[in-house]
Amino acid sequence: MGLSGLQIYKLLPKTNCKECGYPTCLAFAMKLAAKQAELSACPYVSDEAKAQLEAAAAPPIRLVTIGAGENKVEVGNETVLYRHEKTFFHQPGLFVRLKDTLPLADFESAVDQVAAYNVERVGIELRPDGLAIENASGDPATFAQYIAAARAKTDQPLVLIASDPAAMAAALEKTDGSAPLLYCATTENWEAMAELASKHKAALALKADGDLSALAGLVEQVKGAGIEDIILDPGARGKHESLVALTNLRRLALKSNFRPLGFPTVVFAGEGANSQEEEAIVAAQHIAKYGGIIVLDHFDPATMYPLLTLRLNIYTDPQKPIQVSPGLYEIAEPQPDSPLLVTTNFSLTYFSVAGEIEGGGRPAWLLVADSEGMSVLTGWAAGKFDAEKIAKSVQQFDVASKISHKKIVIPGLVSTISGELEEELAGWEIMVGPREAIHIPAYLKSWE
Amino acid sequence: MPVSVDVPKEKWTGKVREVTLGATSDSGGTRKSTVTVGGESTLPFLTFEGDMQHQPVIAVEVQDRYPDDWSELLLETWGDVLNDPAGWAQKAEEYGADLIALKLQSAHTEGDNTDAAHAVDITKAVLKATGLPLVVYGPGQPEKDNDVLVAVAEAAKGERIALGNCEDKNYRTIVAAALAHDQLVVAKTPIDVNLAKQLNILISDMRLELDRILMDPTTGALGYGLEYTYSVMERLRIAALSGDSMTQQPMICTVGEEAWRAKESKVNEGVPAAWGDWPKRSTNWEVITATTLIHSGADIVVVRHPDSIKLVKQTIADLMVQ
Repeated sequence: MGLSGLQIYKLLPKTNCKECGYPTCLAFAMKLAAKQAELSACPYVSDEAKAQLEAAAAPPIRLVTIGAGENKVEVGNETVLYRHEKTFFHQPGLFVRLKDTLPLADFESAVDQVAAYNVERVGIELRPDGLAIENASGDPATFAQYIAAARAKTDQPLVLIASDPAAMAAALEKTDGSAPLLYCATTENWEAMAELASKHKAALALKADGDLSALAGLVEQVKGAGIEDIILDPGARGKHESLVALTNLRRLALKSNFRPLGFPTVVFAGEGANSQEEEAIVAAQHIAKYGGIIVLDHFDPATMYPLLTLRLNIYTDPQKPIQVSPGLYEIAEPQPDSPLLVTTNFSLTYFSVAGEIEGGGRPAWLLVADSEGMSVLTGWAAGKFDAEKIAKSVQQFDVASKISHKKIVIPGLVSTISGELEEELAGWEIMVGPREAIHIPAYLKSWE
Repeated sequence: MPVSVDVPKEKWTGKVREVTLGATSDSGGTRKSTVTVGGESTLPFLTFEGDMQHQPVIAVEVQDRYPDDWSELLLETWGDVLNDPAGWAQKAEEYGADLIALKLQSAHTEGDNTDAAHAVDITKAVLKATGLPLVVYGPGQPEKDNDVLVAVAEAAKGERIALGNCEDKNYRTIVAAALAHDQLVVAKTPIDVNLAKQLNILISDMRLELDRILMDPTTGALGYGLEYTYSVMERLRIAALSGDSMTQQPMICTVGEEAWRAKESKVNEGVPAAWGDWPKRSTNWEVITATTLIHSGADIVVVRHPDSIKLVKQTIADLMVQ
């Protein structure tokens, strides 16, 4: 991604003055390439060279922020094509589009719904990011009125959709420094849109139909006007077309370090979709495949919840599966004679099991062993969740001092370790629980 | 003013093997048509730099007993036909299935513990009722799997059935049966690239031709491990396209079984309002699992809900557009 030592050397004064602390410019260049030195150490590097070196050091895909404060959305700065190479860093923003042709009361109620929506998964609160409001009426005053109405209801980031700069300008007067995304500038209106973006410090989406070279050309024009926070719409609306366009954009940025298209993307999942289900499928495609801002035309918990879950899944760092701290957990205020269950510290496992115990109506103790974030089966297969580990956890978390009995329920999926565990935990009764967490409540009802 | 854009293209050196399920009468079987999967020389749907000789296909799960442990939603939507595997398979074919995945669940020792003869009867009935190729799964217990699959392999000789599952702890008997009776196998491994390669090697060392092996990398549903499966599949497919011969098998994902096990699909009492409408979210759960894994290289997805068949097929058709 960065320049090589030799490429950097070509931009240095090549006087070997040694004032940077290195014997030659080449030696300094090598250190810079390895990020073991700072360019500021050289007092003689030209402004032009400085700019070039800074540009080369910038991320291949710009990080663009939409909105401000705790609700802001950051997209871009991705470094890999496939999450298994490292991870995907900035999850796509999920926005719901509303038009200013809706009756105002309906519009306000829809804003409330989206802004209020949240759902918990593995202890994390998931929510959509904001609203995309479209100037379907074509009237600047109406557009401004609706933007103001949205702002009165929520601080969440906004995408302003208008092709008429006058309407965009009117709406922007109502967004007081909240850094919305302006959609969009085209070859027809880019000068006016760029001026607005600059004045209001808003990110600017660019759209050029046809091929990527028209888009790249538009980017260069807009950059020339001083705009750096750019979002790209390659104009592809079919599933196949969009997959190819976004894949190419990601490759151009990461493989070719092609600066003119090194920006996050925006996709409209509802356009071209014939149903809400199809829209969800398109949105899901773009969560996995390089979507930066994803705009939905429908809001329904039955699709929002799966999409938020998918986003969480795809954007989890493969090196860092979500884990909880090992320990002895009290679920619903157990007594010393309450049941004791053991499980792993993989977040999904923990929350599934704890959730079932909670919902089952019978308090219990949940011993969470350190399986290094692996699930029951994976942990067992990897030797991280076995009789030895469980016995160790019983000791480590001083279970005997909290519990009046000596019975431990192990997950049904690892029933094969019962014998070994009996040996490790002398005097304990090993009970085999259900294989699926959803059968825990029924199991606990009859536990004694 | 346009700027010149030079889109970097991948130059893959390998391709996925083609595997054909089913055989018609001129090849010793009784299927109306065959289904061939695999043959890709490019990442999913990126046909500008390679070929997708065959598109992904949908298998519909049919069980040989009334699936009383399934989500109520499935029981309601399929209705009485769930009492008759042959009728069920016919219905699935009507709904657009490309393959039938017959699960001999009644053979499970903790269920009805039916025997090999029973498995043969059911399989023959399903073969008669539908012209689609079959994947046949045992109940998932090594001894019973061997029992029923050996018998089915023999009884269905000539039909090019995929027998599932071969796992590292239990594959020899099933592979031997596939060899003896010209069938195929599903090689299942626990979300691990090297274990997948290793099992393919072990199976082909027994002389089963590589065009008779499907890989099952083990499916995690949306929210229940999907991203693990997704990434191992991307790695396997990239390895295949990079020329690693022992990863070049088409992949099959048991989407329905996993997605419909999720609490989101099975339960509606006491769940948060934010989960939304139960039937819709459950179908979305299966469909999004399926389409996401198709994007990571799934050649066959096994699903349960009729609505999923339609939605996933349409998605595949849209993605195969040039």
